[in-house]
Amino acid sequence: MTTTTSATRTVVTPGTPARRPRGVRKAHEGSRAETTTAWLFLAPFLVIFLLFTGVPAVLAIGASLTDMSARDIRDPLNVNFTGFDGFAAIIGNPGFQSAFLNTVLFVVLCVPISMGLGLALALMLNNGIRRLKTFFRAAAYIPVITNIVAAAVIWQYAFSITGPVNSVLGSLGLPEPNWLGDPGWAITTVVAMGVWRTTGTCMILFLAGLQAVPEEIYEAAATDGAGPWRRLWSITLPLLRPTTLLVTVLQTVSFLNIFEEPYLLTKGGPLGSTKSIALWVYEQFGFGNVSASMAGSVLLLVLVGVVAIVQFRILRPKH
Amino acid sequence: MKTLSPTRQALNYTALAVITVFMLLPFVWVFFGSFKTQGEFLANPGAWFPETFQIDNYIQLFRDRGFGDYMMNSFIVSSVAIAGNVVFSAMAGYALAKLRFRGKNVVFPLVIASMIVPYVALFVPQFVIVVQMGLVDSLIAIILPVLTLPLCVFIMRQFAHGVPYELMEAARLDGAGEGRIFFRVFLPLTGPGLATVAILSFLTSWNNFLWPLVVAQSQDTYTAPVGLSVASQASNSISFGLLLAGAMVVLLPILILFLFLQKYFIQGVAATGLK
Repeated sequence: MTTTTSATRTVVTPGTPARRPRGVRKAHEGSRAETTTAWLFLAPFLVIFLLFTGVPAVLAIGASLTDMSARDIRDPLNVNFTGFDGFAAIIGNPGFQSAFLNTVLFVVLCVPISMGLGLALALMLNNGIRRLKTFFRAAAYIPVITNIVAAAVIWQYAFSITGPVNSVLGSLGLPEPNWLGDPGWAITTVVAMGVWRTTGTCMILFLAGLQAVPEEIYEAAATDGAGPWRRLWSITLPLLRPTTLLVTVLQTVSFLNIFEEPYLLTKGGPLGSTKSIALWVYEQFGFGNVSASMAGSVLLLVLVGVVAIVQFRILRPKH
Repeated sequence: MKTLSPTRQALNYTALAVITVFMLLPFVWVFFGSFKTQGEFLANPGAWFPETFQIDNYIQLFRDRGFGDYMMNSFIVSSVAIAGNVVFSAMAGYALAKLRFRGKNVVFPLVIASMIVPYVALFVPQFVIVVQMGLVDSLIAIILPVLTLPLCVFIMRQFAHGVPYELMEAARLDGAGEGRIFFRVFLPLTGPGLATVAILSFLTSWNNFLWPLVVAQSQDTYTAPVGLSVASQASNSISFGLLLAGAMVVLLPILILFLFLQKYFIQGVAATGLK
């Protein structure tokens, strides 16, 4: 027993399911004792999960079909069913439309830039250099774990009119924009912060993907005379396809939900230029328009779901 | 793999150094800025370095701005969240990966699906529930949603797959009960998984912002990020130095942990991508 334990210790890695010995029982039906144990073990998680995710998801959809307002929070059954009127109203709402377009803009700018940078970092770290790998990896990763409120305070200071960024630009004789006060620059700043915060995630995921690419393929290709760009294009990128799919979906979902960056940096301003759907939803809640807020969040949920499914369809490896 | 030419190595190092500078610059600014007086910000706004390293901002932060209490709230929330996630996701991951029961194929897809639900769709109903439970403006309400994270259950399930069935079957033949198998056979083999879950739940609960912002309605329940955010909203009446010192204090616990446990932080992210 003891020897078996130590011998199998190395097997404990995520993603390598141990094969189940063929038994008499059907695949998903254990003995009564096993079933009871399973539900007992799941119970604490399930109770909290249902109370704070399952039920709220259902309630959100329900509330989006009513005229719920802030007063009804203490008396939630006191609402009237209004069907899809709430959805019709927000789809026609210029504030929501502009939030929708801003969100699309965030996705279109942030996802490719963060993924491109993350992939470049991963390629350089994987076999482009010899020393300091851990240092560079940590440096790119620290923004990911940084507290967003603290990060936003730093960014607000750095990009204030008289802040360090403009003082560098000024000393180089370049113009000193009003980063957070001018609509065009504000969205640039929010995008920059979004990229800064998520490049490390892309890098780590790409690094994990690269480590699964066998060295022999590169050696064979090098023997056949394939140059570095050719190897990248014909070997690395195709083999990274599953990783790329995962990173694309994760990044897209995360930027469709973007909230903290615009909320903390610019409050969605100036002139609503950085207001995302999530921020619009939060604001409607603050105004007491609970049903509009929930209709917006349900639309966001549908958008996230559709985009994720479409990306899976397009990027999934073909059989 | 063929070794790279010195020129290409040099190019790679230069590119990495440039990106690293941009990644780390904000941390340099917050560090030096937190020691500057309001007078310095006004007199010479573009200066990177403080004239003298004075710690008045930090003293004011803890003495007058209640940051000691906010930090204590954050530590309480995070400690409970770590304990909850380690225990409950180990149990749930074990059940989902290692036990056979009807309903298993319903529970796990639900856990996965829940991970793409936008949080803004959940916080209002969560608030309604917390109001109904009479828990508004309490630390319990702040903790509950991060007490068992679906992501942690997912990770523990992945790690649990690596524990061989044979060991559990052997223990069963020896007459060990289910609880004993979990504690004596399963848990000792999932140490790295537990560490990853602990780190991830610390990060999530420490960095949690929107939910505590909604639920914490008095200063008694502010977590450090909420306190910092509320202070920065009043940024006309508060100095940058004070805010940067606040940011520094909120950042420090994470940075210190990261320094020692880098491997588990990175494993946490990588695990979400491994299938």
